[in-house]
Parts: sequence; C-alpha cells; structure tokens
Amino acid sequence: MEKLKSSLTNMLLVLTLIAVIAGGALAMVNSVTAPQIEKINQENLAAGIKAVMGSDDIQVAEPQEVEGFTSYAVSDAQGNALGCAVTSSTNGFGGELKVLVGFNAEGDILGYTVLQTAETPGLGAKAADWFQKGAKGDIIGKNPGKCNFTVSKDGGDIDAITASTITSRAFLLAIKNAYDNVIAKHDGATGASAQAKNCKAEGEACCDSTECDSINE
Amino acid sequence: MNYFKIIINGIVKENPTFVLLLGMCPTLGTTSSALNGMMMGLATMCVLIVSNFLIALIKKLIPDMVRIPSYIVVIASLVTILQMCIKAYAPEIDKSLGLFIPLIVVNCIILGRAESFAAKNNPVASIFDGIGIGLGFTLGLTILGSVREVLGTGCIFGTSLYSEDYGMLLFVLAPGAFLALGYLIAIFNKLKG
Amino acid sequence: MDYVLNLILIIITAIFVNNVVLAQFLGICPFLGVSKKVDTASGMGMAVTAVLLVATIVTFCIQKFVLEAFGLEYLQTIAFILVIAALVQMIEIFLKKTMPALYQALGVFLPLITTNCCILGVAILVIQKDYDLLEGVIYAVGTGLGFLLAMVLFAGLREQLALSRVPKAFEGTPIALVTASLLAMAFMGFSGVDGGLKTVFGL
Repeated sequence: MEKLKSSLTNMLLVLTLIAVIAGGALAMVNSVTAPQIEKINQENLAAGIKAVMGSDDIQVAEPQEVEGFTSYAVSDAQGNALGCAVTSSTNGFGGELKVLVGFNAEGDILGYTVLQTAETPGLGAKAADWFQKGAKGDIIGKNPGKCNFTVSKDGGDIDAITASTITSRAFLLAIKNAYDNVIAKHDGATGASAQAKNCKAEGEACCDSTECDSINE
Repeated sequence: MNYFKIIINGIVKENPTFVLLLGMCPTLGTTSSALNGMMMGLATMCVLIVSNFLIALIKKLIPDMVRIPSYIVVIASLVTILQMCIKAYAPEIDKSLGLFIPLIVVNCIILGRAESFAAKNNPVASIFDGIGIGLGFTLGLTILGSVREVLGTGCIFGTSLYSEDYGMLLFVLAPGAFLALGYLIAIFNKLKG
Repeated sequence: MDYVLNLILIIITAIFVNNVVLAQFLGICPFLGVSKKVDTASGMGMAVTAVLLVATIVTFCIQKFVLEAFGLEYLQTIAFILVIAALVQMIEIFLKKTMPALYQALGVFLPLITTNCCILGVAILVIQKDYDLLEGVIYAVGTGLGFLLAMVLFAGLREQLALSRVPKAFEGTPIALVTASLLAMAFMGFSGVDGGLKTVFGL
C-alpha cells in the first residue's frame, strides 16, 4: 500500500479519524474505571474514618463544610454520637500535607491518618506512624485545646520526628487548625466541644489538666 | 531481523538512561526508592510497547505533515488509559508516582522511538523495540532507585540492609538524584570504554 | 490584602523553594541540553517563561469552560498537550511575522518546548492545586522565572567547567549532573522559607 499523500483532505480526514477513535476509546475506558475510582475513594475514606474513630461499628453522616474544613459527624451503630472526623491540610516540607483526624465529643484526639503527603520519603513521611498510640510522639487521647499542642522545640508537649521538625510542626498545626475551627467553634452535629468551650472560658485551669500529663508518662 | 538483537540493543547499546540520556525528568523525579523507579519504568514500557505497535500499524495511513500531532494523540490516549487503570486498580502506585504518570506523554523516549523506529519498521519488530528500550529504561531507573534507597535509607526494595540512622539522607533528596545519576553514567562510560 | 500577600508567597515559593528544575525535576532535558552557554540558556529560559504564561491561561480556560462544563475531565492530558503543541506553533508564526528580532533570539528553542515537560506539568498542577486564574498565572510566571534562574546559574557554572580538566569517564553529562547536584544542594537552603514567610505575612 502506498503512503497517503499530504493533501489537505487526507490530513483533515486522518486527524479527525484518529481524534474520534482516541476520544471514543477514552470514553469507553473511563466509563469502566470511573465507578471503580469512585468506589476506591469512598472505601479509603470510610476505612480512614473507621481508623481514626477507633471503631468499626459506626455510622457516618453526610460531610459538612465548616470554615473550609470537611467534617464528618460519626455515631455508633445505635446512633449515639461518638464525635467527628475532620480533614485538614497545611504546607509541609515538600508541599501539601493532608490529614484526617478523629475527635470525640470532648475534643480529645481519637486517632489520625495521613491522607496525602509530599514529604521526604523515609523522613517526613514517618508522620504516619510517629504520632500513633505508644509511639514516641503519641498524640492519641490528647486535647489540642487543653495542652500545649506544638513540638517540644517550640515549648510544646509533643516530641517532633527526629530531623523533621518542619513536617512535625505542619502536622500538628493541621490538627490544631481542625480543632480550633471545627471543634472549638461549632457545637456542630456532634454536640462536641461544649466542654472544651467551658474549659477555654475558665482559662488555664484546665489546660495543664491531668489529661495531658498522664498520657505523656 | 533478529528480535533478540533488538532487545539487547535497547538494554545496552541504546540504553535510554545511560547512553541516550532521554526521559531525564521521570528518571530523576521518581527514583527515590527502587520500587518507585521500577514502577515508573514498567508504566513507561507498557505505553512504549503499545504506542510502537499502533504507530507501526497505521504509519502508512498518516500523511507526513500531520505525523507528529497524530503520534501525540495516540500516545496521549494510551497514557490516559494507563492513568485511569492505575487510579482504578492500583491506587498505591498513583500515590507514589503522581504527576509523573500524565507526564509520560512528554517523555522524549516514546515520541523518539515512534519517529526513529516504529515509523520505519514492521509492527512485530516495533513491539520488540518497545520491549528492549522499555526494559533498558526500567533497568536504569531500578538501578538508580536502588542506589539512592540503599545510600539514603539503608533499605533495598523496603528490606533493611543496615540501620537507617547511618543512611545519607541527601541521596533521597533532590541533589542526591543528580549526584547518583552522574556517578552511574560515569561508571557506565568507564565500563564501556 | 491577604490575597496579594498570598500571590507574593506563590511566586517566591515557585522561584526559590520549589524550583521547577532543582526540586521538582521538571524540564530536565533543556536544563542539561541547552545550558552550555549563558546566552542560549537565558534565551531558552525566556522562551519557556513566555510559553508557560500563555499555555497556563489557555489550558485553564479549556479546563473550566470546556472539560469541566461537559464532564470530560478524562480528556485532560490529551487536550492539554494538543493545545500546548498548537500554541507553540502559533507563537512561533506570530513572532516571525511581528517581532523578527525576538524570533531570531528565541526561535530556535520554540519547537523544543512542546516536549518540555514543565509546560504540561505546570498546566496540570495549576488545576490540581485548585488555583484561580490569577494565582495560576502568577504560579506559571514564578515557575518560568525559576527555570530561567536555574538555567542561567547552571550555564555560568558550565562555562567555567569547560575550561577545567575532568576525568575522562566524567566528561560531558556526568560532570554536568554532579554540578547540578551542587546547585540543587544550594537551593535546598531555601526550604522552609515559604513557611517562614507565611508566618511573617500572617497567613
């Protein structure tokens, strides 16, 4: 077969044909993969919320947008409010650092998971484990409104990840922001934070309450 | 033409990473660990094999003047299909390679092979060229990723060789990518010469 | 006011902290390929900045008014790369007709820019980061200036390097990569500056 000549009709015809076939193929693949991608995102979110609330048997309400934070009110299987899970992001060392953090009705941290990170692999990326229960920088059970929720270098109560102070600061700031904007300000769907609010009003008295100290030990 | 020869040619004589120096962005950007490097290499190889095959198949139908745009459309569609599949069935890979998957489109290796090989050879030979160059690229990225991972964190493919505390973090960061690749190419030159 | 400070932060971050070549590894091919002389390097840098600016505006409009309006987000890669290729051609023709002097200076680099991954990369990043048009434009210009800065510094180093003797195996690209590594190390000194500025600006 001879190669097609570069005449205007040939060129237009070929380009259109290729574009149509390519577009059709993409639309086909998209119709197969789009529901799957949606499903994975949903599953990831559901698994994340379960993990940060520390319970498998939960109901998750529709997400609410509060001051730019997405908050999911969570209750147990019987419908009793457990607290809420909030997504929050800050600028870390290498880019955006996005976390999902669960609070109980008092505003204590139940758990967290790192959703997105551009931190240095093997260093800043350690945030996923470093602040978990029993680890060196344990924040589980602490209340960002009641204790000094910054790294010890800045006079706070939390041990920073070795050699990743910037990541640690960004991580703690993300959680603190979520607390300040969602839990402390809005009683919200969860009825959370009534106590936290009282605490704030009473001032420092609550702030070095036994809660933080006992967990530090 | 000897297909085995085409493959060896792609891995050694025209190795895209160490000899042709093509596709440097993903080479440096995705090799913070051996596994990431290998994944990127394999993803590129998939696109390369299929694009080489398709372009060799339809080369007679494409007028010369619109050659490049046609190739770009074919490559971009393949990359998008790959991107959607990875997102749907292997979200972990999508997380670690991120932006570099859509950027396979502008990887000079793919357009380069379409121009210099697939446009002149039959579809079967083009598949083998894709396999050869793809393997060469994967090998290059895996070696670079391994070197950076071992020196930087003391692990290889996630298995610890020595304590992480003795790792030179620099090699995981940006400057280490340039440094490690520079030395690897120098070693390759020395072995060849 | 906060918005203006935010724009300043975006441009400083794009030029120094997240330098497109030395921290994000985009546009490495021209960085290694046309950096032997300072004049060609700065020409390439300016051409890339110009194309980045125009391409970002056009791809942003396509994304918002065509792809998202019709639910065709999955055509993003293919639409963007075609638009960039067509734009580069058009800029080339336009410069040739209207500004021959500038065309003389930049012309040779223009065809190479289509396959410069920093253009497509920035176009996609602007959408991913959810910038508005002005933020996107500022980000694109910052990225372009960062590219220009890295190119000129690197070309200056390579001009000196050409006069010195290097081991045979290191001649050419290997020693250039080692040099680039040192430059990247210097740029690491900027890391964290964006966070500091954020505090200073009170954002």
